[in-house]
Amino acid sequence: MPQIPETHQKVRFYQTGTLTVGNRLLDADHRSVQGTMDRSNSLDSGHRACQGCGEALGARFAIDAAMRATNNQLIAANATGCLEVFTTPYPETAWSIPWVHSLFGNAAAVGAGIAAALKAKGREDVRVIAQGGDGGTTDIGFGCLSGMFDRNDDVLYICYNNEAYMNTGVQRSSATPGAARTATTMPVGKDPGNAFNTGKSVPLIAMAHLIPYVATASVHDLHDLEHKVTKAMGIRGARYIELFVPCPLGWGSKPSDTVKIARLAVECGLYPMIEAQDGELTGVTKIRRQVPVGDYLKLQRRFAHVLKPANAHQLEQLQAIADRNIKKFSLIDEQGGQE
Amino acid sequence: MLKQVEGSHAVAEAVALCRPEVISAYPITPQTHIVEDLGLMVKAGAIENCEFLLVESEFGALSACIGSSATGARSYTATSSQGMLFMMEAVYNASGMGLPIVMTVGNRAIGAPINIWNDWGDSMSARDAGWVQLFVESNQQAVDVHIQAFRLAEQLSLPVMVCMDGFILTHSFSQVDIPDQKQVDEFLPPFEPRQVLDPSSPVSMGAMVGPEAFTEVRYLAHHKQMEALEFIPEQAAEFEKIFDRDSGGLVKSFGCEGAETVVVTMGSVIGTMKPVLSEMRDDGISIGALTVRSFRPFPKETLRALLKDAKRVIVFEKCLAVGMGGILAMNLRMALKDFPIHVHSAIGGLGGRPITRANLRRMFEKGIKDNMEEPHFHDIHMDIVERELEREQAQRRSGSIAENILQDVGIVAAAKTI
Repeated sequence: MPQIPETHQKVRFYQTGTLTVGNRLLDADHRSVQGTMDRSNSLDSGHRACQGCGEALGARFAIDAAMRATNNQLIAANATGCLEVFTTPYPETAWSIPWVHSLFGNAAAVGAGIAAALKAKGREDVRVIAQGGDGGTTDIGFGCLSGMFDRNDDVLYICYNNEAYMNTGVQRSSATPGAARTATTMPVGKDPGNAFNTGKSVPLIAMAHLIPYVATASVHDLHDLEHKVTKAMGIRGARYIELFVPCPLGWGSKPSDTVKIARLAVECGLYPMIEAQDGELTGVTKIRRQVPVGDYLKLQRRFAHVLKPANAHQLEQLQAIADRNIKKFSLIDEQGGQE
Repeated sequence: MLKQVEGSHAVAEAVALCRPEVISAYPITPQTHIVEDLGLMVKAGAIENCEFLLVESEFGALSACIGSSATGARSYTATSSQGMLFMMEAVYNASGMGLPIVMTVGNRAIGAPINIWNDWGDSMSARDAGWVQLFVESNQQAVDVHIQAFRLAEQLSLPVMVCMDGFILTHSFSQVDIPDQKQVDEFLPPFEPRQVLDPSSPVSMGAMVGPEAFTEVRYLAHHKQMEALEFIPEQAAEFEKIFDRDSGGLVKSFGCEGAETVVVTMGSVIGTMKPVLSEMRDDGISIGALTVRSFRPFPKETLRALLKDAKRVIVFEKCLAVGMGGILAMNLRMALKDFPIHVHSAIGGLGGRPITRANLRRMFEKGIKDNMEEPHFHDIHMDIVERELEREQAQRRSGSIAENILQDVGIVAAAKTI
């Protein structure tokens, strides 16, 4: 079993605008899993994700980190969705780990069944991940997910949140933000795009189940993602990680902007990165300097209408949500000068 | 060992003897007692190395079994009625993935109107789902067929439903011979999956298949089911050798050989029919019966061989394909299509309507005269139906059909007479 440090070393490397570099600046045992020669390549090349897919990037880092943390004793259950479709058109598969897809809405229950089988067989060294997109998690798979939390099954559930049903052609999910254009929330009428005051926060709902570990992460900080996955795999019981994964196709963004958009979502306050244990908030990723939500929105065509003067009220609403998040989760230190 | 037990308890004991590794449970009447008893046995340590999952829905129940079966664990669940419908997506998925899950269906009607009593609407809703469907006649047979179901499922890598009449079997106490562990172990070898989720030999299961292969995949699903037509009788014979009981098989004859009229049915109603048939035979009427024990796969050839000399067949079933008629009758007519046999379709016992010896005899006598309506609704009160049709004709907002009828025949009507 590899030694996994309790905390991960922070490197400040803001000059490049990314946190994915900087591995060499870290102590050897803090370097990223993906940066090691013995990474498992769980989600291997040859899959059919779009250029710039945040989900493919996130899944590779998350599963490789889980593989390292479990000494490669890992089984994954996958919900129907992009991740399933682009990785496994028979007879090809991009997975080098035991992997099963059953249905859209049951990944958490299938994961629970796998964990139960392993327990019955005395193979609790083998660990289980269930994963899906936001539609498969926050909507259709929500009942099974809550059941898995309720029973505290020994499963890590990873939700790759790209804020809509991308696989079926970008329809609204309960993770779609206000004002966002989707195929079912078109930017027409007096309140274009998705309605405000709708949707739900599954991380907060997960916390309300008092499960041992809940975290949110974003693909701009893959080192943090690896750390959170590693931490999650060091805990038994039901765990939940929601990963923010920009979708160039669904969001109308440049494939080369995926990581940048993910970073801006966090830095504007719209996507807080938090950690919680047993229902208590235990950590937040601080923002050094809050960026205006407009900086985040302007890189995505799904929000193009928001930046028109006629819809200034929508921009204000989104900014207010970001500001509320910053206050609620204390995302900015007082000495940061924003409070 | 002979025991005087409830049907559900007998089934729970039989499942326990099969050494299940994962049981998932969600309560729905009339299946509840089975999973309650299994839960107790797991908690008390009477079933070793078994996980008992209390899930949030029937969809979760079968989905958990999909995960556990794919991980190589012998997996079991039970359901009824609306529960079957709620898990239907997983029902198709389990068979498509070839996972040998065994599921008891405590047969119950499907709403609306909600009705907790027995008929076969639930199992029939899954008749094309790719599961083997075995119907049992008694609690003894329920015990025996569950043991055979695990072996059949694992041999074929297909899920098996054991269909037993809700309440009539699940909640009735009768004498049942519960086999001992040694016998069951001799009959049922440990589960060796065809494909398993295992880090030492990773596979991807349940991936996408396009038009280039889907037809062949479906053909093979059909082919595999048809193989069960050979395995089921073979297995019943082996079972008889070890347990000394004729239990299982594709069909069961109750004096149908040489009879002019043969009643074809499934499940426990044969228990009520048997004395009626023997009375009629005593009266010089040439009548026998057979039960279809394996509804899926449908034993076409066996039925043809048994029925080829019959003059007429009366199919009695507790289900209805709305807009078409009898489901078992439809299947049987297909099997007998080139024989000059009258096949009458009688539908009865819906939503738990009692089936009595007296009303069965009246119906059989009508059938023998070949003057049955198509389909014939057994023991229907047409005056009530007509009253409701009149109401509907009289005004557009005539109210809920079920409520109106209950006003006519239920407690309200009874109160009016006081």
